Amino acid sequence: MGKSSEIDWITILLFLILVGFGWMNIYSASLNDASNGFFDMSQTYGRQALFIGLSVLLVIFILSIEAKFYERFASVIYITSLLSLLGLFVFGKTISGATSWYSFGSFSLQPSEFAKAATALALAKYLSDIQTDIKLIKHQVGAFLIIFLPALIIIPQPDPGSALVYLAFFFPLYREGISGVYLLIGSSLISIFILTLLIGSIWVSLAIIGLGILIFFFRRNKKKKYISYYFLIASIAMLFSFSVNYIFENVFEQRHRDRFNIVLGKEVDSKGIGYNTNQSEIAIGSGGWTGKGWTQGTQTKGNFVPEQHTDYIFSTVGEEWGFLGSSILVVLFMCLFIRILFVAERQKSQFSRIYGYSVAGILFIHFLVNIGMVLGIFPTVGIPLPFFSYGGSGLWGFTILLFIFVKLDSNRKNYQF
Amino acid sequence: MRKLLSLFIILITGFIFIGRLFYMQVVDTSFVALSESNAISVDYDYPQRGYIFDRNGELLVSNQPSYDVMAIPREIKPFDTLEFSGLLNISKERLENQLDKAKIFSPRLPSVIVPQLTKNEFAYLQEKMRKYEGFYIQKRSLRDYKTDNSASVLGYISEVTNAEVDELTYYKSGDLIGRSGVEKQYEDVLRGVKGVKYTQKDRFNREIGSYKEGVYDTLPVKGKDITLTLDAKLQAYGEELMRGKRGGIVAIEPSSGEILSLITAPSYDPDLLVGRKRSKNFTKLWYDSINKPLLNRGLQAMYPPGSPFKALTGLIALEENVIDTKEGISCHMGFSYGRSARMGCHHHASPLSMTPALAQSCNTYFAKSYRRIIEKFESSEKGMDAWNKHLESFGLGGFLGNDLPVGQPGRIPDGEYYNKWYPGGRWTATYTLSNAIGQGEVLTTPIQLANFTAAIANRGWFYTPHILKEIDDNPIKNEKFTKKKQTTISKENFEPIIEGMFGVYEYGTAKFLKIPGVEICGKTGTAENFTKIDGERTQLTDHSIFVAFAPKDNPKIAIAVVVENGYWGSRYAGRIASLMIEKYLKEEISRTDLEKWILNNSLEEEYAKPFSGESFLINQ
Repeated sequence: MGKSSEIDWITILLFLILVGFGWMNIYSASLNDASNGFFDMSQTYGRQALFIGLSVLLVIFILSIEAKFYERFASVIYITSLLSLLGLFVFGKTISGATSWYSFGSFSLQPSEFAKAATALALAKYLSDIQTDIKLIKHQVGAFLIIFLPALIIIPQPDPGSALVYLAFFFPLYREGISGVYLLIGSSLISIFILTLLIGSIWVSLAIIGLGILIFFFRRNKKKKYISYYFLIASIAMLFSFSVNYIFENVFEQRHRDRFNIVLGKEVDSKGIGYNTNQSEIAIGSGGWTGKGWTQGTQTKGNFVPEQHTDYIFSTVGEEWGFLGSSILVVLFMCLFIRILFVAERQKSQFSRIYGYSVAGILFIHFLVNIGMVLGIFPTVGIPLPFFSYGGSGLWGFTILLFIFVKLDSNRKNYQF
Repeated sequence: MRKLLSLFIILITGFIFIGRLFYMQVVDTSFVALSESNAISVDYDYPQRGYIFDRNGELLVSNQPSYDVMAIPREIKPFDTLEFSGLLNISKERLENQLDKAKIFSPRLPSVIVPQLTKNEFAYLQEKMRKYEGFYIQKRSLRDYKTDNSASVLGYISEVTNAEVDELTYYKSGDLIGRSGVEKQYEDVLRGVKGVKYTQKDRFNREIGSYKEGVYDTLPVKGKDITLTLDAKLQAYGEELMRGKRGGIVAIEPSSGEILSLITAPSYDPDLLVGRKRSKNFTKLWYDSINKPLLNRGLQAMYPPGSPFKALTGLIALEENVIDTKEGISCHMGFSYGRSARMGCHHHASPLSMTPALAQSCNTYFAKSYRRIIEKFESSEKGMDAWNKHLESFGLGGFLGNDLPVGQPGRIPDGEYYNKWYPGGRWTATYTLSNAIGQGEVLTTPIQLANFTAAIANRGWFYTPHILKEIDDNPIKNEKFTKKKQTTISKENFEPIIEGMFGVYEYGTAKFLKIPGVEICGKTGTAENFTKIDGERTQLTDHSIFVAFAPKDNPKIAIAVVVENGYWGSRYAGRIASLMIEKYLKEEISRTDLEKWILNNSLEEEYAKPFSGESFLINQ
């Protein structure tokens, strides 16, 4: 059987549009008086242009490697990646408070950006193994270990944002048949967490008891032994609520508390910690229907939004392109995610499908947390917007992540059981 | 099902984001203002207000720079309040108080902390201001008066109120606006257009360049200079003559309707209402309820016109053909009418025809003429209406429509007016006979008196009196002031009346006021008036009234003078009118005794009588 290769051009087109539009916004956000042409390397946008150029070389390299390589060497890649993360504790360079970087002269790399792809490969390899059954607790533990090992190394750097991304692997796990109970537990814990912060443990506990009684009386299964289960679950829930309260008040530092309080609307502090969110909301809100025009944003020009070319790049889109431009961007991202899911579903290889779901999950969670933060829906978590935010490591990490999948997909006809 | 959950989460997230964007960018518009307020600063460049000249090109009002210390509360960094208050020359408490007020007004918008520093104060402050972040100095221009009179004509300017800022889009807090006189009337002409500059700022509030390359920026346009019809010398002379008296003088050039002089007494120095002292002085003027210096008596005070009104009664009688110039009417110290009513008159030869009757101011003659006018018509009501129409054509009984922001309509009754007083129409000419001699229900303002005198001088027409002559050296084109108004009286009927007014000076009530070498026509008036003291109607000394124009042929000036409680028309008003005319026509006063008499005589004692709390004598 001859080898045939079909590249998914729709994904590539979406990638190019996002990267191009992203660069335009970085250009606007970092434009200043010293600017000297589009490719001025002393300027942020000039360097981003270089990073984009290099990422194209990276794409060619990834596509030219044999598809089988990624599956076969998944474990090696994963272990290398873990070692690179551990190495940060010895050789790492601290940039803005986080020891997340290797420095090569004037140039820095952030290994956590690459660890996502490595973890996705390793998880796909593990789950697609003929001997792995995700319905068994034993194998679930294995999968969780693969996922959370890098996250555990990243958290103390500290870089909680990058660690949060590993929740993305819920996408492939659920697709491959892990129990919905995890989803239920997860969403319950999040609800209790938020409600506790909003209304306090006492009321949450009362609500849990009330809900428990309701479910008890309207239950279908009238067996008596379930009573103890209700009791147990309710107790755990209440315990969680109180511990959230305790952790929030005693373990969290004030800056963490502030981040939550601002999103929950409990505090308005537009000068201190709330400044970023407040300014990004002003920038986006002042965009109106069609925006102020490219490079014409007054908030963007005045550098009112800190980190605007990195984590807050979406506020530039909102201000200069308005509702029209920013909602089109949201739709473009949705198209990319759905396209990846669609492509993942057409894979005959389980490895490719799991990897595809991981890619969609990772990109999506970045999108969710980043834009949620910029729009003031989520607490402030430093996490880039894929293909959009300034930064070489980020761009290359996402490019590698996406194009390994493109390569795997292009090879789907050659797959043999 | 498992395939769809991921898809579902992605779609839900997308819709939530788009919904949130729609709310922030389209529904909630408050962000736009927030963005403008923190990223764009608006600076105004105030133009010079237009200068004001008199008819001979004498500068009356120019400008002086003034400097306001402004503050934007949210940009203020901690500073040494004691040191700064010392620099500003105010107390520390006052500075803190002002800053609190500014904060309450708006943390983002500039407020005035210390208004209107002089040039010297500013020079001292200028170099030290940089130390105090959030404070800056806004240059404005204040009025600089080159004259100490004419305050009521010129008016004054002051800061706009917050209500005006909301209502009038042009004005921002701290801007100045014309408040009265020509400053108010010609605000749009005088103020010019302020320039505006939009500056893009960064988050440290540093200016980083002009907003949109300055496409919205404009340059200030200087206010236009205006030339008034006033004669500054005549104006100054009139105010001097009126010292110690109350009342008004209005002088008009009959051939153009230009107001040569508009005087109210008592008046004040316009410089009192400039700068930091304005508010204190204004309060003082405003609460002076006895002298009422802010009332423009020339325009706003309504007096019974008295005898000058006989000229109009005569004109109407001739026009209505109820009398001719030859008929003599006899008078023996007055005449009786009705059952027991009697109108008194003074001693003069009898009988008299129209011209000498006017010169001698015979009450009987004009009362009988009036009666014939009213009785000519089938009902008193119709007669009254006809009489009213003639008088309205002289600009009486309604607003004149001049270009000054205050005024009063006066009162000329018509048939309906008396129907209200005497329901059922059961009234006759004799009920209203006092109107004939300018008493009764008739009320006029000094400018109305001057205007009808001008109409008589012109033999039947007038231009609406006006104060503005030129804008930036271009004569006014407003048709209201350049179109002749015709009275209802034919030209030939004016001659006997003018002869009578000429006779007033030749052999009549003002013969001692003749100006050598000038043919002058006039009419005295002595008007009874009343006030209320402790709720009781009390008669005060008569108002001294005089109207005159000169020369008799080709008149150059028509004037009306009212001196409150000055008794005989010739005593105060006649003298002043005579001196004013001489001043205007000859520029020099030959009758220094007359001048001295006026300058040395004051009516303050007369004005104090009603407030003395004791009974007093009048008409002494």
